Amino acid sequence: MAQPVSEYQDIQGIVRSGYGKLDEASFLLLRITDVREAKAWLAAVVEAPGTTGRSYHVTHAGNFGSYLPRALQVAMTAPGIRKLGAPDVLFQEGSPHAFPREFRLGMAAEAPDIEGRSRRLGDLGDNAPYNWDWGGSPAQTPDALVMLYAEKGGLAGFQQMVTADLAAGFEMVRVLDTAIVSDKGRQRREPFGFVDGISQPEIDWEARRTPGTVDDLEYGNLIAAGEFLLGYENEYELFTQRPLLDPVLDPENILSPAQDDPGRRDLGRNGCYLVLRQLEQDVAGFWQFLRQESPDDDGVSLGEAMVGRRLTNGDPLITATRAEIRGVDPGPDQLRQNGFTYDSDPEGLACPFGAHIRRANPRTADLPGGRQGLVSRLLRMLGLKQGDPRDDLISSSRFHRIIRRGRPYGAVIGKRESMLGDESHGAPTGIHFICLNANIARQFEFIQNAWIVNARFNAMHSEADPLLGNRLPFPGTQPTDTFSVPDLFGPNRRITGLPRFVTVRGGAYFFLPSLRALRFIARQGREP
Amino acid sequence: MNDLPGMANPDNPLVPFRVFDTLHFARFVILNDATLDDLSVYGPEAELRDAPVYLAFLGECDGSAEHQLAQFVVQAGDGLRRIFAYCVGFDASGDLLQWMRHNSIKPSASYVNWIGRTVSQIRQEAELHKALAGYLAEYLSDDTDRTRHEPQHIRNALVQVVDQKGPRLTEPAPTPLDWRIRQLLYVVTAAAAVFLVVLPCLVLPARAALWVYVAVLLILAAAATVFLACLRRHEAKDPDVQGPAKAPSDEHLLALGAQQDYDVTNQYTAFGSFKPGTFSRWTTTVIWWLVDLATPILYPRGNLARIKTIHFAHWIFLDDKRRGLFVSNYDGSSESYMDDFVNKVSFGLNLTFGRGLGYPRTYFLLGGGARLEQDFKNVQRRHALPAQVWYKAYPELTLVDIARNARIRQGLKRKTMTDSEIRQWLSEI
Repeated sequence: MAQPVSEYQDIQGIVRSGYGKLDEASFLLLRITDVREAKAWLAAVVEAPGTTGRSYHVTHAGNFGSYLPRALQVAMTAPGIRKLGAPDVLFQEGSPHAFPREFRLGMAAEAPDIEGRSRRLGDLGDNAPYNWDWGGSPAQTPDALVMLYAEKGGLAGFQQMVTADLAAGFEMVRVLDTAIVSDKGRQRREPFGFVDGISQPEIDWEARRTPGTVDDLEYGNLIAAGEFLLGYENEYELFTQRPLLDPVLDPENILSPAQDDPGRRDLGRNGCYLVLRQLEQDVAGFWQFLRQESPDDDGVSLGEAMVGRRLTNGDPLITATRAEIRGVDPGPDQLRQNGFTYDSDPEGLACPFGAHIRRANPRTADLPGGRQGLVSRLLRMLGLKQGDPRDDLISSSRFHRIIRRGRPYGAVIGKRESMLGDESHGAPTGIHFICLNANIARQFEFIQNAWIVNARFNAMHSEADPLLGNRLPFPGTQPTDTFSVPDLFGPNRRITGLPRFVTVRGGAYFFLPSLRALRFIARQGREP
Repeated sequence: MNDLPGMANPDNPLVPFRVFDTLHFARFVILNDATLDDLSVYGPEAELRDAPVYLAFLGECDGSAEHQLAQFVVQAGDGLRRIFAYCVGFDASGDLLQWMRHNSIKPSASYVNWIGRTVSQIRQEAELHKALAGYLAEYLSDDTDRTRHEPQHIRNALVQVVDQKGPRLTEPAPTPLDWRIRQLLYVVTAAAAVFLVVLPCLVLPARAALWVYVAVLLILAAAATVFLACLRRHEAKDPDVQGPAKAPSDEHLLALGAQQDYDVTNQYTAFGSFKPGTFSRWTTTVIWWLVDLATPILYPRGNLARIKTIHFAHWIFLDDKRRGLFVSNYDGSSESYMDDFVNKVSFGLNLTFGRGLGYPRTYFLLGGGARLEQDFKNVQRRHALPAQVWYKAYPELTLVDIARNARIRQGLKRKTMTDSEIRQWLSEI
């Protein structure tokens, strides 16, 4: 039986909440310049309040529900953790007790084009790491990420104070500002104007569900904690590879024993990986293209088809099913916006197969056809009963979920202004895409590769994600820049020559440690 | 010979693959087993110290392999001689065809995604799809008259334009005689089996027949029990080779990754030893034989269990069944291929590879194994080999594309179609 999560005070708060009530945020990308000072700062922000002179601390998930005027989170890249003197065994290649390879090598830090990571992530052409503003090479990769959140008007002072304290140990590589999203009570929108962050997995904190039972023959949204936190059982009822240490290396007993391997200390427990990608959005280009393709309604319905949700309120193009879906809150809003699967739309007539939300989370179960009939189920499991040609093409969703915590940046440009081609908004706009997961290769990278950039997703051809695609032909001369909308009354409507709406400007893989792990990292090489 | 890392130039001077119009895939791969040391967990006598390093030249073709080999000799003899000159015991002045025949190994089991579908059919149907997509776009661009856009009108127009402008399609080649004979043999064998089962009823009085059945069932049950007990004992006692050092090295993964994802299809070559002993040997032999027997019957068209992305797969014994080779061509990236293995057909992986050395511990050869997600991925990647040269006759096409193109052709050939069938058909173009 899986263990419930109880050590909320050890988990950074962002795992549990996107700090939606805190309108302002900025993300500081840092390089360590003085190891001792860097560790001193880290140690100070993870000590119990009152014990140091700092007036801020790493925010943990233990205060969930009570109002916080500001929050601070700390994440580190592999080079950053190494610089602070963490034991070499944590980075030993091939070791099951070390950090996994994709984190060690980074999103782009080491020969990504040779090794193939960039090909798989679609980071080619203008999206290629050597064109990035940050993170595209080892020299440009930050060591640490400090995320600051504050209520409206509170960020500037907070940021100034933290930045001043950081100066002794860190150099600022870049400050990623975010847009002020001050529409209290309303839903957050990304720069194209659509409501963002609607679909999130529900973390099974209490270990209420056992993964892999017949229940998973139907799509569910309640996902094992181990998919988002290291040190807990994942959807396979196994422990994801994570850094484990010989107790000799933890003489102060800062870390807790690994649950599945009590002889080792668990540096990963209550932490996870944070993927950050700076995605610049060409808002004017997006709406101008849509209007040109569909002048009747200024391109709104086409834009909605590309996204899979309504522009006005974020409702899905699919009508919610009546059947209850595990892990979808029974409140009317959640039910309407997340209480659906695509089973009711096998021809893509309500929501095109290529729509962004139908790719990013296809809402598939373990077996097409669900739980009906014992014999039928056996035949389907053995592949002896063939239904729709699309059956079995998409993997089961529950192994490929992420928690999204991104924030938009840049000036907010309205749809109307965009269409007028108003070039006065020179400042780039986009989203700092952030996601949390326990296995970067199986979660973030799989979604990006197999579902988002894959031009053959779900039996389609010649089309990658309508929003995120890099539009480069693949393979050879095969186009990937089309988008097709199935039509009940005739052939698919095929829109060709989609321009690139989103350009990758930077990115890195971070480890979002638990507070204990941060304390451990901060004390490396110090006299006890 | 390559254009891109590991990707063959179809016109390379050594083996100009493009000239072989019956060849689906081909690869040259050096079988250098970096996992040989794993055998040492069974003691020094189990080790294969002088295990050879092989050069494998593998391919999938229409018709007989014999014919394909002869074609290679005729069209690429000099190039092959230059390549094989690096092999021990090759005589460049000798008879190349004889030498290749002599050194060829028949896979113990093979899987073909769609039995009877030839290279030329795949290419022609792809061409048809491309042409139809163009014709359709052209036809739809003229919207002067709304009735033109009615399904029947569209289809008639497309049928006409293909008649006039092509492409011309040749009829799919008939299934070779030996395949038909094999199919016939299956039917005869099945009939014989049924006959054997009912035989006691026919020749013996009811009571005696019942005793025969009971006796046979008891013998079978006893045999199964003995086998399962042995299996379980082995599974529990198999020494672990999965120490901390048994995950793939960065260098190895880089070598694999460097060749992947240049096309929608990738090659997979996995090489390793079996657990020593007659039990592993016979279990695997029987299972592979059953796989070879059953897959063409159960999975002749489009899917291997729930996997629809494998073009071809072969299970091959080497070194007197002490080592084994698995090769396949699959659509998508390695991570999705593994995802399919783990989530859809772990039982199949466990059955066919469960007695492989270092394979994650299985439970009655069905449970465990590939379900141990990360262990399994480590093992399979550690045993995977980069292919030095890999050729695919129809780059850019996945099996889903190929199947869709075939449906498009069938739709074109049909005499009549209802409106909704036409819509379905048009949506695939």
